[in-house]
Amino acid sequence: MAKITYIEHNGKSHTIDVENGLTVMEGAVQNDIPGIDADCGGSMACATCHVYVKEDWFNKVPSKAEGEDDMLDQAYEPKKNSRLSCQLIISDELDGLTVNLPEKQV
Amino acid sequence: MIKTDVVIIGAGPTGLFCAHQLGVIGLKCEIIDNLNKAGGQCIELYPDKPIYDIPAIPECTGEELTKGLLKQIEPFNFKIHLNQRVEKLSKEGNNWKITTSNKNEFLSSSIIIAGGVGSFEPRKFTVKECEKFENNSVLYSIKDKSIFKEKTVSIFGGGDSALDWAIELSKNSKVILVHRRDEFRGASSSVDKVKKLEKENKIELFTKHQLSKISGDSKLEGIEIKHDDDTVKSFKTDYLLGFFGLIMQLGPILDWGLNVDKKTIPVNTENFETNQKGIFAIGDICSYPGKLKLILSGFHEGALAARGCFKYARPDEKLRFEFTTTSKAIRERLGKSN
Repeated sequence: MAKITYIEHNGKSHTIDVENGLTVMEGAVQNDIPGIDADCGGSMACATCHVYVKEDWFNKVPSKAEGEDDMLDQAYEPKKNSRLSCQLIISDELDGLTVNLPEKQV
Repeated sequence: MIKTDVVIIGAGPTGLFCAHQLGVIGLKCEIIDNLNKAGGQCIELYPDKPIYDIPAIPECTGEELTKGLLKQIEPFNFKIHLNQRVEKLSKEGNNWKITTSNKNEFLSSSIIIAGGVGSFEPRKFTVKECEKFENNSVLYSIKDKSIFKEKTVSIFGGGDSALDWAIELSKNSKVILVHRRDEFRGASSSVDKVKKLEKENKIELFTKHQLSKISGDSKLEGIEIKHDDDTVKSFKTDYLLGFFGLIMQLGPILDWGLNVDKKTIPVNTENFETNQKGIFAIGDICSYPGKLKLILSGFHEGALAARGCFKYARPDEKLRFEFTTTSKAIRERLGKSN
């Protein structure tokens, strides 16, 4: 279990407990947090679960999957700290993780 | 105007198999899709990736699945209208009228929406001012490459489209290629070629840069790009091309008076009809308790929706349930001789 904080583009913050083994994307979708679309359902075939990982967390989260950067090329306003939240699998180590959501996904 | 029994929106696996089911029960249909080929997400997102959960097919790719489905509906000679998005819907008597983006009109007693997550459209530049010059000097696809001759063309993106066009246009134009990172997702042979052309001063290459600003009043004059470290460069350019892949958007379907919940359309599970009589939704776009976004679920939904269309297409007839193995009528529809 980890506490994950999602900050919407407008600044609204949501902190929820997400079970280990789920992804940061699933945590958002299952808890109706707006701003993560996840059109492809987590198969890394779109870029609509795009998040920005806070600098101090960027090196602590699981490293990028093969092909993740290729999909991020197709995201809305990708930055250096961009990730696809479907590739961030929750574990106890991620307790306290904060992600910022982009202005929009598509 | 094309008159038919059913219009299917979306030529993905669900739409294609639903067409088969309509053909089996003796109804006609026309299929519309915004892509330039049939297959939907299977062909656009993962043509080469294996799929392991199609019943009786232990492993196949998206492309193979699409080919098989197209072969399966061949006997019915249904037409697939590609490269057009459905735009308008209106009621004409007991029928529905659909108009597409190329002004094709369809009249049918039922519509089956098999639109997946929406129609595929190019992702655009996020710099707002680009809209002003869209289709004019800011482009997301190329129809006529001769317009670029002797001009300066700035190309953005790291995939095959961006690389291939940079190589091609460098023959007759001044080409600036910009990508947000050092690696490219396009073919490595194309990356090598671009780097070679850069050495020969035929392409100007800027990696770790993104578009930050454009300038020009009545016509595009220049662009400004920003490096990861926030340093800025600006250029004069005549054209701006963006190749950032495709995104999926529901588009005008949202304005059709259908209930929509989280980008999906709620249906009943008896025949997959929506809140509008004669409009059905199947595949990834529909939702109901227990919905699974699997291709096989789409097949089941299509079989039931096809039968749900029957009462609208043939109000005076009763649909008899028959098996393809034993029905003479179905074998004839499939073009089998005995």
